[in-house]
Amino acid sequence: MSIEIEAWVKLAAFAGAGFSMGLGAIGAAVGEGYAAAKANAAISEKPDSSGDIVKMMLVGQAIAETAAIFALVIAVLLLFAGGGAVSIITASALMGAGLSMGLGAIGSGVGAGLPAGQACAGLARQPELSRNFTTTMLIGAAVSQTPAIFAMVIAFMLMFINFAGGSLHMVAALFGAGLCMGFGAIGSGVGSGFPAGEACAGLARQPAMGGQLTTNMLIGAAVSQTPAIFAMVVAFMLMFMNFSNLPLHPASAALLGAGLATGLAAIGSGVGSGLAAGAGCEGWARNPLTTGNVLVIMLVGQAVSQTPSIFGLLISFVLMFKSYPATEVFLASTAVLSAGLCMGLGGIGSGVGNGMTAQSAVSWVARNVEQEGVLMRTMLVGQAVSQSTAIYAMVIALALIFLV
Amino acid sequence: MAIEGAELIKAAAFLGAGLAMGLGAIGPGVGEGMVGAKACEAIGKNPEEAGLLTRTMLVGQAVSESTGIYSLVVALLLLFVV
Repeated sequence: MSIEIEAWVKLAAFAGAGFSMGLGAIGAAVGEGYAAAKANAAISEKPDSSGDIVKMMLVGQAIAETAAIFALVIAVLLLFAGGGAVSIITASALMGAGLSMGLGAIGSGVGAGLPAGQACAGLARQPELSRNFTTTMLIGAAVSQTPAIFAMVIAFMLMFINFAGGSLHMVAALFGAGLCMGFGAIGSGVGSGFPAGEACAGLARQPAMGGQLTTNMLIGAAVSQTPAIFAMVVAFMLMFMNFSNLPLHPASAALLGAGLATGLAAIGSGVGSGLAAGAGCEGWARNPLTTGNVLVIMLVGQAVSQTPSIFGLLISFVLMFKSYPATEVFLASTAVLSAGLCMGLGGIGSGVGNGMTAQSAVSWVARNVEQEGVLMRTMLVGQAVSQSTAIYAMVIALALIFLV
Repeated sequence: MAIEGAELIKAAAFLGAGLAMGLGAIGPGVGEGMVGAKACEAIGKNPEEAGLLTRTMLVGQAVSESTGIYSLVVALLLLFVV
């Protein structure tokens, strides 16, 4: 049976709408649940402030909901806007748009829930600081929302730019761009939530340090944002570079692999950098005398946690810029797609692991600053060992691209 | 394009190699990070034992690395031997 192109475009739009709303609902629901749980605990601790706590919870939940609303908007547009030119490239772009938004909303929904929950908990301890908590929570949650906004921008571009005139490479490239941005936004969304949550918790401990805590939160969250920005850069390259001079096979598989390598590897680095940044905010509130030392080890720890996503970016660039001999051999396509998948998945664990080591080292520099040197050394040795599996994944990916 | 049996098997081996190393790298990466985290915590509490704690950390990480190395070996076998 042969399915007409028009049917494929409709099929992709509807499936994309399902992915967008289905996946996009996960994060916001988890984040809002966390905020409600913290609010309940706070009210049981301080029933007198229940009105303020409920208000704070609702404001926080409303922001965490934003990511899911983005997903709803994209889903409704996919259902009813009708997809442009009738071409298999349009079908791929619409499916990519749905996946970008759906996956991309997960992290920001969870991340924005963390400051909301911590602000409710803090309010039980310092009821008179309601305004300060609201400010810090709003800034932190807004920053956590950024990766979902990147994903929405990519989704809009995939839906409303007419790519149908391009070469058939665009089928794989646009689908890869959607997956890259969607996966790439997960880690940074969750990661940016950690410093935001810890800044709210820190405010309850050191009300006088509000401004400094916000500064440190913004520095930490900005670094945690990097993997999502890598994913956005690769998505833009996949959408707007001209691949028509490459042979259709295996370049199509390579472009899909390029999207997966950066997107998946960004998950671990985003979460890992966020863990370190969270410990940095906690450390500033714990010991205001050691802010400089804590900032240094936090940034070093975050930078090392970033490495797996840089490996992913490297493999993506190799896959996009390598010149392939034209071949109809199925094997060559499998090898380059597997290379992208291998590097992407292989980067996740090391990114999270490096972040966990950095988190602990940062929080102990704040408690025991005399041991800063030995903690920094131990952190770097531990991170280097935990990096090894990401390096193995890169070796196998390079072998799949160049050797087999 | 027509796909022959032998080619399909080789393609499955490549995909298997990628998945083996990619998925196999997740566990040791997280696990070794946890070891590193606890070592930093322990050194923060008890700095006199830093040498002993670093040694223990490295031994623990080396053991946790083993599954990553198994994945590497299996991936290399799939790529170059079978």
